[in-house]
Amino acid sequence: MERRDFLKIAGGGAAGIGLAAIIAVEPARATPASMEEAIRKVVGAAPIKPGRIKIELPPLSENGNAVPLTLSVESPMTEADHVRALHVFTEKNPLPEVVSFRLGPRAGRARVATRIRLADSQTVVAVCEMSDGSFWSDRADVVVTIAACAEEL
Amino acid sequence: MANALVNVPPRARRGDIIEIKTLVSHPMETGYRRTQLGAPIPRDIVRRFVCTYNGAEVFSAELHPAISANPYFVFSTVAVESGTIAFLWTGDNGFSVTESAAIVVD
Repeated sequence: MERRDFLKIAGGGAAGIGLAAIIAVEPARATPASMEEAIRKVVGAAPIKPGRIKIELPPLSENGNAVPLTLSVESPMTEADHVRALHVFTEKNPLPEVVSFRLGPRAGRARVATRIRLADSQTVVAVCEMSDGSFWSDRADVVVTIAACAEEL
Repeated sequence: MANALVNVPPRARRGDIIEIKTLVSHPMETGYRRTQLGAPIPRDIVRRFVCTYNGAEVFSAELHPAISANPYFVFSTVAVESGTIAFLWTGDNGFSVTESAAIVVD
């Protein structure tokens, strides 16, 4: 065997082992596909259009354990035209679902804030369900420096 | 003993949109963490939060492990009449906390 061939094989093998190690260490987490599935479970077959809802997240978050999240929807919040529900999903958390809020015309204003955990830098998707049955969404990218769920007890 | 903190304006004019802030003390254990010995720590989270205004539900939330410890929510409601705004958190291991606030609407 030529030295060159040997190096090729050895290099390939090492890369393979490295990849296997990464796969073994990586815990179960949501993927864009599982997020899509989770969204579909809530929305059904209805089309989701971009717009109307606004998701506010800091673009860079130092601590993934408590990331402030604000959702707001432009809606008159009347009996005839209001926001029925707001749902939040993530791409790379162990579970795609984050939270679902139910509100109605008595909310007066469609604006909700909370604090969420993010396991990694990723895209967060918010979907709102209007009283006419339409769905709208917005997404935000967040860079997380200290991930949630990383620490041990 | 779990504690809850709620912030509701004590007075409002009829038709005003009031902002409500709530916080409940809870670790929101995700179920994905392990102890140093490798034993998984079971999930223990608040599953549901409901806010009622004189008995009628005005806001609710379904929580998943991705909600931070000590769940904090800010939302709003229209001041329609004087009375009580009540809050209920329920979760794993029989977790249940109630809190209420009185509001006077002129």
